[in-house]
Amino acid sequence: MSDISATHVGSTGATGDKKALKLVEAAGPLLALIILMIIGSLMSSSFLGAENLSNVFTRSAIIGIIAIGATFVITADGLDLSVGSLSALVAGVAIMVMNKATGSFGTGWLLVAAGIVFSLLLGAAAGFFNGAMIVKGRVEAFIVTLGTMGVFRSVLTWLSDGGSISLDFSLRDAVRPIYYGSVGGIAVPILVLIAIAVTAEIVLRRTRFGRHVAAIGSNRHVALYSAIPVDRVRILTYVIQGLCVGIASVIYVPRLGAATPSTGLMWELEAIASVIIGGTALGGGFGRVWGTVVGVLILGFISNILNLTGFISPYLNGAVQGAIIVIAVLLQRDRSQG
Amino acid sequence: MFSKIRNLVAAGGLVLATMSGSALAADATIGISIPAADHGWTGGLVYHTKRTVEAMKKAFPNIDFVVVTSSSATQQVNDIEDLISRKINGLIVLPQESDPLTEPVKAAKAKGVFITVVDRGLAEKNIEDLYVGGDNPQYGTAAAEYFKKKFPDGAKIVVMRGIPTAIDNIRIEAFQNALKDSKIEVLDMQYANWNPDKGFEVMQDYLQRFPKIDGVWAGDDDAALGAIEAIKQADRKGVAVLGGSGMNKVIKLVKDGNDMVDADIFYPPTLIIPAIELVTMKFATQAPINGRYVLGSPLITKDNASEYYFPDAPY
Repeated sequence: MSDISATHVGSTGATGDKKALKLVEAAGPLLALIILMIIGSLMSSSFLGAENLSNVFTRSAIIGIIAIGATFVITADGLDLSVGSLSALVAGVAIMVMNKATGSFGTGWLLVAAGIVFSLLLGAAAGFFNGAMIVKGRVEAFIVTLGTMGVFRSVLTWLSDGGSISLDFSLRDAVRPIYYGSVGGIAVPILVLIAIAVTAEIVLRRTRFGRHVAAIGSNRHVALYSAIPVDRVRILTYVIQGLCVGIASVIYVPRLGAATPSTGLMWELEAIASVIIGGTALGGGFGRVWGTVVGVLILGFISNILNLTGFISPYLNGAVQGAIIVIAVLLQRDRSQG
Repeated sequence: MFSKIRNLVAAGGLVLATMSGSALAADATIGISIPAADHGWTGGLVYHTKRTVEAMKKAFPNIDFVVVTSSSATQQVNDIEDLISRKINGLIVLPQESDPLTEPVKAAKAKGVFITVVDRGLAEKNIEDLYVGGDNPQYGTAAAEYFKKKFPDGAKIVVMRGIPTAIDNIRIEAFQNALKDSKIEVLDMQYANWNPDKGFEVMQDYLQRFPKIDGVWAGDDDAALGAIEAIKQADRKGVAVLGGSGMNKVIKLVKDGNDMVDADIFYPPTLIIPAIELVTMKFATQAPINGRYVLGSPLITKDNASEYYFPDAPY
């Protein structure tokens, strides 16, 4: 009798511990971000300035939006390596289209709207192509997106003749507010990122579609037998990723007013790293959009701190970034053992 | 069944090979191996190479050209080996990196190929018959002289380095040497990889960190464009921006007069043009061209900007 009651008390204690542990795991990325910000403010007096924070948030918005799309893809146990090259292609082609369309659309907000719509369509179409090849063509996601990564960037390099595709100077003022403008004191890209993050979190957590995405990532066969339209949902995640890339490209274009063959280089790795740091499992089944945003900010702050302090030799920037990424992931314990 | 198809394919291959062999009845074949267009400067390089090859083909139809671009040193080694097996008479190579490319180029030389090395040298001397290059130390010195002249009473400047390579090291070393004993203070040097996006980010952070910046050497024009946008956004006045390499967009700014950019350093990808033309001359007209041809890196200012302006080039 006493044995049974002893075990009963013991197990309650264990569940309590488990809950606390889970909370710490969930807070992992946030913890890493806070520690990073403390380090940053200690190492540089300009770190916590409003302008610096705004700069970093705005710069991170571009990769952030792409990474939110990647959260959906990875949660469904997929992978998209082509996002960086697609960003370059969408940015370049959108600029070319806007340059040509001034005749019919003028040089004001109507042209900008046309450019935005075009970017979204192109991004979604490319995402659909990736998705169709992976799902219907039954080719491994890694391979398909590795291929399209090369194709998209090569097409852009060919279109630009190796140089840069620049927006006509007459159009620069019209598009400038998209990156440099602010509403209520907050920069436009940050507002767009917040809007997309909130929408994505709601979709992933509160809608049937979101549940399906997680189920497919968790166990595709069980999902199939549960009457979930697996193919359709998977293709949709890639289309969502493509749409996010389209939005990110729209925000990117006004920054420098040009797209070059080196635009978007390594963005896919930064996006995927942000998603993983944020707590989404690389093997799928669990997605955390707010974690992705925290992951993007961590990456943005690392590079910002390295620039703000002359403390570490610039040769070692890459080493510092890599080390911090590994530590940030270690702070959230391995999910499969949780 | 299988062996029948295989024999057919082999026969077809042999026919194609003999056909292509007879088509190559040129007097000489010149192989050109250059880096792929992965950033502005190399984009311009490929553009000018294609343009010059087309012009040479028209002028001397009996000379054949093969142009290959490579995105990495390893790929370039493969490309050169392929070119050698195509029996080229002359090789023009702009090495991605000096060390890995030295052996394959030596092997080509041993086969009697006329070797021209452009811009970046090899790890050993005296392999090439002709060297056409820019003056990297002068690039760094010209930048230092610009700031010394612009700020005779001293100034605080920041520097953006390029892709971590031997060229970047040479330029920065020359820059630092020229600034010794001067009143110019270099606040920091971070890598911007000659990339406009990185130049934008690094400049933004420099502006946050240093309340007073008189000038920035962005390393090259791509990064300079990014730096200019960051300075505009921060609404900081009185920051002089110097890039380098003669990008047409920046030369236009210099030509038209700009409060941030009033000079550029000559080091454009057009240096491939004399290399190709000289080698063509050797095979077409037996011109003696062996030697070292080092193009100067003068400072481009408003007065001479039109000489260096190629509006239609991608760089």
